[in-house]
Amino acid sequence: MAKKINWFKYSSPQTFYPLAGKMIPWFAVAALLFTLPGLYFSFFVAPPDYQQGEAYRIMFIHVPAAWMSMFIYMVMAGYAGMGLVLNSRLSSMMASALAPTGAMFTFLALWTGSLWGKPMWGAWWVWDARLTSELILLFLYIGFMSLYAAIDEPRRAARASAVLALVGVVNIPIIYFSVKWWNTLHQGSSITASKGPTMAASMFIAMMLMAMAFWMYTIAVALMRVRCEILERERHAEWVAEAMRGAK
Amino acid sequence: MNLSEFFAMGGYGFYVWGSYGVTALCLIVEVALLMRRKRTLLQRLGRMSRVTSTEVKNEIQT
Repeated sequence: MAKKINWFKYSSPQTFYPLAGKMIPWFAVAALLFTLPGLYFSFFVAPPDYQQGEAYRIMFIHVPAAWMSMFIYMVMAGYAGMGLVLNSRLSSMMASALAPTGAMFTFLALWTGSLWGKPMWGAWWVWDARLTSELILLFLYIGFMSLYAAIDEPRRAARASAVLALVGVVNIPIIYFSVKWWNTLHQGSSITASKGPTMAASMFIAMMLMAMAFWMYTIAVALMRVRCEILERERHAEWVAEAMRGAK
Repeated sequence: MNLSEFFAMGGYGFYVWGSYGVTALCLIVEVALLMRRKRTLLQRLGRMSRVTSTEVKNEIQT
C-alpha cells in the first residue's frame, strides 16, 4: 500500500517555516538564471521594432510586470479565500505576504507603461480603460494591506481583508478584456490563445524568460516575507523559543 | 554597435533605462528590506529567549 502523505502537515506554520527556508535559495537562483538570458535576449537578440525602434524593449518588462500584477492578485485572493473558508492561519499569512509584491508589480506596470506611452502616444497618462483598471488594481492592493494593518486582532484582520480581496477579483477580467470591450488607446494583446504570439520568436522568448524570472523572484520574496510573518505572529509559541535557543 | 549607441537606445535611452532602472531598483530594495526585517526580528527574538532562559535559571537556583 502506498504511503499516505499528510498534506495538511505543511499547512501548519511550524512545519512550513523550515520548508520555506529551504526553498528560498532555489527560487532565488532560478530567478537569476532566467534574468541573465532574459536580459541578453531583450537587448542583444531581439531585433529593433520596425515601427517603434528601440523603445519597444520596455515591453520585455512591462508585459511580464502587468501579468504578475494580475496573477499575484488571483493567487492572493485564492489564499485569502482559503483562509476565510478553512480558517487556516498559513493561508492568510501567504495572502498578506504576496500583497506588497503584487502592489510593486502593479506600480512597475504603470511606471514602465507611462515611460513607454510618452514617446509613443505623446502622453504619460490617459484615462483609458486598460490604464484606469490597472490603477484600480493598485488601489485594491493598497486597500487590502491597509485594512489588514488597521485591525489589531490578526484573525479578524485576515477575514475582513479576505472579503475585500475576493470582491476585488471582479477587476481582473475587466483589466484583461478592457482592450477588447472598449476602444482603448492601449494596444491589444500580442499573445492570444487563438492566434498565438504575433511577434518575432526572439521577442517572444525574451518576454517569456523575463516573465519566468519575475515568477521565480515573486515566489522567493513571498517565502521570505511569510517567514517573517510566521515569526512575528508565533513569537510566543514554544517552537519559536526552542528554535531560538537552538540557534545560539 | 558601440557602447554609447547602446546606451542611447536610438534616442529612447531615457525611457528604456528609466523603465529597467526603476524595475531593478524596486526588486533590489524589496529584497534588502526583507533581509533587514528578518535580521532585526531574529535579534529581538534572540534577546527575548535569552531573558526567559536566565529567568528560568534564576528560578532554579533560588
